[in-house]
Amino acid sequence: MTDPLLLVDAYLVDALPEIWFGVVMFALAMYLTLDGFDFGIGMLYATRDDEHEKETFLTAFGPVWDANEVWVVAFGTMLLAAFPGVYSRVLADHYLLSIGFVLALLFRGLGPEMREQRDDERWKRYWDYSFVGGSFLAPLLFGTLAGRWVFDAPTLSLPALLTGVGLVTVSVVTGAAFLTAKTGSQLALDLRRYGIVATLAYLIGVVALLTTVVVTDTGGAADTVLSLPGGVVVVLSVITAGAGSVLALRGEYRAWLASALALPALLSLLVALLLYPTIYPPTGLTVREAVVSPLALNLVTILGFPALLLVLWYFKFLYGVFSGPVEGGGYET
Amino acid sequence: MSLTALPGALSPGLTFLLSPELASRAQFGWTISVHIVFASLSVGLAPFIVYFTWKDVRTDGEQFTRLRSFWVKVFAAGFVMGTVTGIPMSFQFGTNFPQFAEVAGELIGGPLAFEAKMAFFLEAVFLGVLLFGRERVSDRTYVLSSVLVGVGAWLSAFWILIVNAWMQTPRGYEMVMRNGMEVAKLTDPLAAFFTPRMTWMYVHMVNASVISVALLVAGVSAYIVWKKRDAATWNTALRLAVLVLLVTAPLQAVHGDAYGRHVAETQPQKFAAMEAHYETGTADLHLLAFPKGVDAITDPKAENLLTVSLPGVGSFLASGGDFDAEVLGLHEYEENPPVAMVFWSFRFMVGLGFLFIGLALWGGYLVYNGRLSESDRFLKTTIAASPLGYAALLTGWYVTEIGRQPWVIQGELKTSEAVSSTLTGMEATLTLVGFVVIYVGLISVALYVLRWLVRDELRELGVRVSDDDRWYGPVPKVTRDD
Repeated sequence: MTDPLLLVDAYLVDALPEIWFGVVMFALAMYLTLDGFDFGIGMLYATRDDEHEKETFLTAFGPVWDANEVWVVAFGTMLLAAFPGVYSRVLADHYLLSIGFVLALLFRGLGPEMREQRDDERWKRYWDYSFVGGSFLAPLLFGTLAGRWVFDAPTLSLPALLTGVGLVTVSVVTGAAFLTAKTGSQLALDLRRYGIVATLAYLIGVVALLTTVVVTDTGGAADTVLSLPGGVVVVLSVITAGAGSVLALRGEYRAWLASALALPALLSLLVALLLYPTIYPPTGLTVREAVVSPLALNLVTILGFPALLLVLWYFKFLYGVFSGPVEGGGYET
Repeated sequence: MSLTALPGALSPGLTFLLSPELASRAQFGWTISVHIVFASLSVGLAPFIVYFTWKDVRTDGEQFTRLRSFWVKVFAAGFVMGTVTGIPMSFQFGTNFPQFAEVAGELIGGPLAFEAKMAFFLEAVFLGVLLFGRERVSDRTYVLSSVLVGVGAWLSAFWILIVNAWMQTPRGYEMVMRNGMEVAKLTDPLAAFFTPRMTWMYVHMVNASVISVALLVAGVSAYIVWKKRDAATWNTALRLAVLVLLVTAPLQAVHGDAYGRHVAETQPQKFAAMEAHYETGTADLHLLAFPKGVDAITDPKAENLLTVSLPGVGSFLASGGDFDAEVLGLHEYEENPPVAMVFWSFRFMVGLGFLFIGLALWGGYLVYNGRLSESDRFLKTTIAASPLGYAALLTGWYVTEIGRQPWVIQGELKTSEAVSSTLTGMEATLTLVGFVVIYVGLISVALYVLRWLVRDELRELGVRVSDDDRWYGPVPKVTRDD
């Protein structure tokens, strides 16, 4: 062994495989939360006709979406680094969904950037379609894929599709909360309404999903949902969603944003609870069976964890630079 | 086709469907070819952006503000294209080549995750600041942001090439059984990261990126100068690009020569394919090769070619000094890469490399005489050469990647074994067609955007440009609020 700093035959700490399962789920939560509000902005964008309001939306979206989107790459590559068998099977077994998702991301990302390149009605309209369509399809397909993964259910099944719909609606909630906190007055009132309706839709979706899963016991998920931790997460989601709506109605937008951002995080927590100790239900593979050897995991821990902390720090910097309300055409300083 | 044939056409297993393996390879090859152009644009343009931003902040004149703003726009468009085409790349390891991802996971997963965490995030976060934050951060933070975007791009290439170099010259692992599958287990991280190929590849790739961007900058500048001779800003940019080429183009040739020797040592089969060397024995070096007929294009054998060759120099290069050294021929191997593609790609790349050196020397001579903007011939040649850096870069990659076939991990795993076993020809063909259509659209959009940026710049300079630059796509359905 060339490097005495690394343990070759044992994990740095015994629970390292479980910690990595947590880290991968954390990246998933970051992705669903951060890119989730990007998707929400994209879908709510469809409700705007006024060019000035569109510009306002795009100004809020512009500086952060790209960095947010990278969390899906972080999620995927960390899954590959720690659990290569899971990464390859999840993607290979859901071929069209995965490719559809990345293509939806492609259209979502190009839309706003290309739109700004030319002052031409038709050109802009096309890219608006691209932006809205991608922002709707990406969470739908990603959610459906996640539903298939977690519940071992076919694409056209209630558990898979409801997970997709759940992700779409929760994205609208976070998108509306983010935009409301970023814009003023009339627009905020309008967005607030969409946010509350979406919250309701999300709650109905989650309840329908869990009922379906419990009643049919899809992928043996009933036990988890009815267990104490599962129940706590579900109840917390309902309380958070309800409290968020009340805060929104009272005009406490920053608090609403905070509670809204907790929803996708709670959803990811539920995903983690539903999976563990299994990590790929279709084959029954557990975290311990799927994890890479000690040396490889120790290495990605020692090099990767500091990098991850650094990433979190410069995300703080980014959101600091672009904090505060936005009005069409640029940030107010 | 008659209507009666249709039901047959819709059933699976049809002849027009490609096999999952062929479709997957074509799809990966196509998507990476598009991605690599945008990714290397970021790598190559980064130093220019840093320089322009630094000069802009340091000097009062408006020259560098213009250059910074123009090239940051190009960078931003390129970066978005790079991001949206890059995400499908990382997914395709899983969707199309899951056996590869599973076998090599311990070795490639770490570097790919580091790329996301150390490089991709860095680039994305600080590009946000660079694009939208001019008025929101201090000069120092602004210049620092441009540097960090550049560092991100170069680090990104570093981690990605660690993965690719490992696939060419795998080290630092042993094969073990896991979950019923033989997979590579990491045994020595340093050996696995810094494989023999790594530094060769990194220097060659980064330099190729800089050369390609220098040619692009030179071409765009030459076009604007050609339209308006006294555009001081663009004369500066043209001069800068020529100077960059004067250093980088010859360096690439010298480095490439040594790189070739390294390939001969570590991947003799690829080296033989590059020279279409079939019979084991002394190898000649074909400096120039022309096909005698159509056959020679698809099957380049010495007897089918008119060549200008240096006898024994192939042996000399491969062995490091012996003209009579025996070089293994392609006949020694059971399965070979498509020789024609490797052979001709290699010649194309090398030929273009020498062309770039010539162009750099010509431009350098004109700079020395202070006549850079006067020579119509030079300006026109430079405009014509602006996409050629990417042509060389792509053919170079074809030599590297196609030359490694039939292996995906040299000597360890064949590409045919890496392809998904659950993938159907229908799915694979469908997504391949999708990627081809969408990426062709993407490339046209990128070219449109570049054209518009150049036209805007010309208008700024007071050059009359026709208004013929509207979007001529089909008209979308008009809604009531129009």
